[in-house]
Amino acid sequence: MLEQILIQTINGIVAGMILALVASGLTLIFGIMDVVNFAHGELFMLGAYVGVITLAATGSFWLALLVASLVIAALGAAIHVTALRPLLGRDPLNTILATFGISLVLQNYALWQFGPVARKIQEPFTGHFNLFYLEYPWYRLVIAALSAAIIGALWLFLKYGTYGVWIRATTQDRVMAQAMGIPVPQVLTVVFAIGAGMAAASGVLFGPLVGVNHAMGLDWVLKAFIVVVVGGMGNLGGSIAAAILISLIESYASLWVSPAQAIIASFVVLILTLLIRPTGLFVPTPK
Amino acid sequence: MSASDHATEPLVRVEDIHTYYGKSHILNGVSLEVRRGEVVGLLGRNGVGKSTTLKAIMGLVHPSRGSVLLEGKPIGHLPAHRLARLGIGYVPEDRRIFRLLTVMENLRTGLDRRGVTDTRKKELLERAFAYFPVLAERRNQAGGTLSGGEQQMLAIARAMMLEPKIILLDEPTEGLMPRMVSQIRAIIDVLHREGVAILLVEQNVPLTLAASERVYIMEKGMVRHHAPAAALRADDAVIHQYLGV
Repeated sequence: MLEQILIQTINGIVAGMILALVASGLTLIFGIMDVVNFAHGELFMLGAYVGVITLAATGSFWLALLVASLVIAALGAAIHVTALRPLLGRDPLNTILATFGISLVLQNYALWQFGPVARKIQEPFTGHFNLFYLEYPWYRLVIAALSAAIIGALWLFLKYGTYGVWIRATTQDRVMAQAMGIPVPQVLTVVFAIGAGMAAASGVLFGPLVGVNHAMGLDWVLKAFIVVVVGGMGNLGGSIAAAILISLIESYASLWVSPAQAIIASFVVLILTLLIRPTGLFVPTPK
Repeated sequence: MSASDHATEPLVRVEDIHTYYGKSHILNGVSLEVRRGEVVGLLGRNGVGKSTTLKAIMGLVHPSRGSVLLEGKPIGHLPAHRLARLGIGYVPEDRRIFRLLTVMENLRTGLDRRGVTDTRKKELLERAFAYFPVLAERRNQAGGTLSGGEQQMLAIARAMMLEPKIILLDEPTEGLMPRMVSQIRAIIDVLHREGVAILLVEQNVPLTLAASERVYIMEKGMVRHHAPAAALRADDAVIHQYLGV
């Protein structure tokens, strides 16, 4: 039993880091732009497809990861400039409808372009190590470490980079940021592009584990939304903590029930959070 | 435009601007001008449109009629971030410092621009820290933890990072202790000596009359009176009439 718990802890942390990578893009976009991006799961899915194509063409997983992030970041920037920037300052419902519409378009585009059959991304290496009675793939640990590294890089960029300071200033006071010469519309486009690129990176990293199809974004974005709400909308650290918490709870729950039922545990956490602490579990109490 | 025009052209000229907030007419044809290096006061009771006038110059409110010119060129259509880069600094009424950013990061928002060398950045920072030593002490503290007076200093120092030609100061002494008020007064004089023009909106009439060269008095979204500050200091009947003080 103890062994199973340890295995599930590792599984939970691995899933949690990937979820954190998906959710941090989502929370970044919400926290800074007040945009609830319903197309986030489709950017994740398209990232995985660009990964499939690049991998087939070049044979390099790491190149596929890089190309997918850059291509989807550029797509994100294009979506922002054409569909979201014109809605700046309107009621949030407008942007929700816009991103929902984009998500439908992207999903059906993928179905039309790539067909309903799932594709597979070959993991870059296939080594295992012994974990009690299991052969545990190294790749899973590498995804967790890479997700942590990407999130860490984002944090450093936000903390020290000129653009990072601009992004944080824009989050706090968009009007004053403009009055200080910060090109706010461009900053918002860059933020959307970063969030999209992170979604794509998680799509490629996670592709080997789940298979790539046009609807793969749905499950993940649903969980990512739970994470973002539980962690506190727009709170990067909170999202990471919430992603790990929820993934651990689901892992432990699947010791007793099937993984499909284990997702109920996430919803229980979500409902309890909304009842007890609607601003998020990991947000300091407002003064 | 010839060189002589350039010399006589005011730095900022506001011509008959009208703004609306919903259906209410906030500015009802405001005209004023600020020349290079000049300190100009803008007085009036609460709600007569002084802050809105500053916002219109800063590009935060776009007038539906009339024009705003910077060095003779119309700027009414430009977004605020372009105007900040063109040399307009803004210190808003409630200071609006970035509360979660450190003092240093607040200053960096105005400092990290294209064309500013590292040496120049250092000079600008050192100058600001010389005027406001307390900001140097607290450079790694979050802006929100500063006292009201310190936040006001940070708001002014932050605007100075843009090397502005004009600073729009909206009620800089509001809610400050007398000691802080005299410090703000001193910094206005320093900026004036450095050749920065200032458009000063204040409730503090004595300070405005002492610091400014000319004063505009607004009422109901219009400029009703315009006089050299010295004239108003000598004869305060007009002040009584419009401000009731």
